[in-house]
Amino acid sequence: MKSTVSMILAAVGIGALILFGTRFVNPVPNEEGNVLHVYNWGEYIDPDLLAKFEEETGIRVIYETFDSNEAMKVKVNQGGTNYDVVFPSEYMVEKMVVEDLLMPLDHEQIPNMKNIGDNFLDQPFDPGNTYSLPYFWGTVGVLYHPETTEGLDFSDWDTLWDDRLENDILMVDGAREVMGVGLNSMGHSLNETNEEVLQEAEEKLEALGPNVRGIVGDEIAAMMEVNEAKAAVVWSGMAQDIMWENEALDFTVPEGGSNLWFDTMVIPRTAQNVEGAHQFMNFLLDPENGAQNTEWVGYATPNEAAYQLLDKEIRQDERFYPDQEQQEELEVYRNLGPEMISLYNELFLRFKMALE
Amino acid sequence: MMRRLLFIPYLIWIVLFVVAPLGLMVGYSFFDISGNPTLANYGAFFSSEYFEMTLSSFWYAFLITLFSLLISYPLALAIRQTKHKMFWLLLIILPTWINLLLKTYAFIGMFGKEGLVNAVATALGFAEQQLLFSDIAFIIVSVYIFIPFMLLPIFNAVDGIENNLLSAARDLGASKWDVLMRVLMPLSLPGIKTGIQIVFIPSLSLFMITRLITGNKVITLGTAIEQQFLTTENWGMGSTIGVFLILAMMLVMTVTSGRNKETGRVGRL
Repeated sequence: MKSTVSMILAAVGIGALILFGTRFVNPVPNEEGNVLHVYNWGEYIDPDLLAKFEEETGIRVIYETFDSNEAMKVKVNQGGTNYDVVFPSEYMVEKMVVEDLLMPLDHEQIPNMKNIGDNFLDQPFDPGNTYSLPYFWGTVGVLYHPETTEGLDFSDWDTLWDDRLENDILMVDGAREVMGVGLNSMGHSLNETNEEVLQEAEEKLEALGPNVRGIVGDEIAAMMEVNEAKAAVVWSGMAQDIMWENEALDFTVPEGGSNLWFDTMVIPRTAQNVEGAHQFMNFLLDPENGAQNTEWVGYATPNEAAYQLLDKEIRQDERFYPDQEQQEELEVYRNLGPEMISLYNELFLRFKMALE
Repeated sequence: MMRRLLFIPYLIWIVLFVVAPLGLMVGYSFFDISGNPTLANYGAFFSSEYFEMTLSSFWYAFLITLFSLLISYPLALAIRQTKHKMFWLLLIILPTWINLLLKTYAFIGMFGKEGLVNAVATALGFAEQQLLFSDIAFIIVSVYIFIPFMLLPIFNAVDGIENNLLSAARDLGASKWDVLMRVLMPLSLPGIKTGIQIVFIPSLSLFMITRLITGNKVITLGTAIEQQFLTTENWGMGSTIGVFLILAMMLVMTVTSGRNKETGRVGRL
């Protein structure tokens, strides 16, 4: 009896102690206005820039990272967090706007907005850039090993179906991306909503089955670095990262269309330091800061002024900065509504099940 | 009085973390993607695709459970005979302290084209194997992960069997095989059943391993649930699959829990 009571007391005591202890582990900043909570993808900003921003403005940056749009949205959504600047991809911006999670931007506080190329502004996912500004952009293409795939020309999506690639293609685990390969290879839009066309695309993908070695997530990077497969369908940014590690690889965006994706900067409704958030965006859009960040991250920048400051070699690399003609073939994913997204996912699941 | 008081936290726990989530899940399963009440999710579950997926999930879960059992039972008997039982047991259980994903990633490295397994195989003069992304690799990794969970209850069961019983059986003329089949086996049956329960159900929904090790070439119900919740955001359909997983669990529990009331200290974790 007595021992039970003391046990309970001990348990409560330990619990209280631990709760108290968390105060030291994660100091809660309460100096309002001096702190900016930034929530970004991993390895997606030059840390030197964060230091520079802190120095210039006196605002302390608290930097956290996420690894998927979905996980990010859950954290922003469920409250208890107050991130000031977040970096969602374009399709997530659209969702977050619908769910009223974002705050309209005050464009006057971001004069450096003028540096952004016209091609990258006023996109259908956020008309007039009311809520978001582009941070980096890219495409979906084929990363391949030129030596082991000699004689194959990846400027055509249909090359992926070649017999010589049997069991040698890795694909990213995304319904839109994989279905997109089918759709693009047949000359259809990536935002196709005709059910019959989508079925046909899935059937065509099933024929790709024997060539598919696996459908994986970010592990694709580690696998391609050790040449686990000869070719992979990946985002251009990821391809760039992998090619730094494995110089034998090359990347190309096949003709006939591909995806144009954006990672953007937004301010959630729950932001505490709205002014600081605008300052931060403006800071990143500065030509020199933008160029420095682009060199560090390695993705394609929508910042025209920053682009002009990059090395000629980078600027003229058409794999990552496609020419005007090819850019016109690129399509941004539209939010097709829950029913269509369901259908894409169902078909994707069917394709996965057909893999052997 | 004290007993009742102590029961309260438990009750709160059960309601908050068992009853409520289960209720929510069953509730969600009757709503479609736009939040209208519907039975369509159940209809969709019985469509050919999900049915096929269920069958393949069960098949792989069966194989994983079978191989875990085939390895764990002799292992438990062997450990029972050793001098330092706890030490050997600890060795087997030690890997469970390492994060599951970490272990899985390690296997990617080993099974890859230029991984350890192929290095050894080619050094020994065998042809290069394409182990990664095969269903064999999936079963190997899953069995490796589940062995401790199968081993523990079985070990507890066989360890509780008095040596006298075995000696008596031998003295009365039973062969080694008879001792195993007619004394050891029946007495350790509760442990085996517990082991099967603990291994079979989770292996129905191993979605991370199917993605990492088989590159989605093996699809389980877990893959479908993950996709429904995260990408499609169709909580209704995801919950429906979850409901069927629970039904499957109940089925396995019923099948494996008949007639072991007489067990004393055996069969517990």
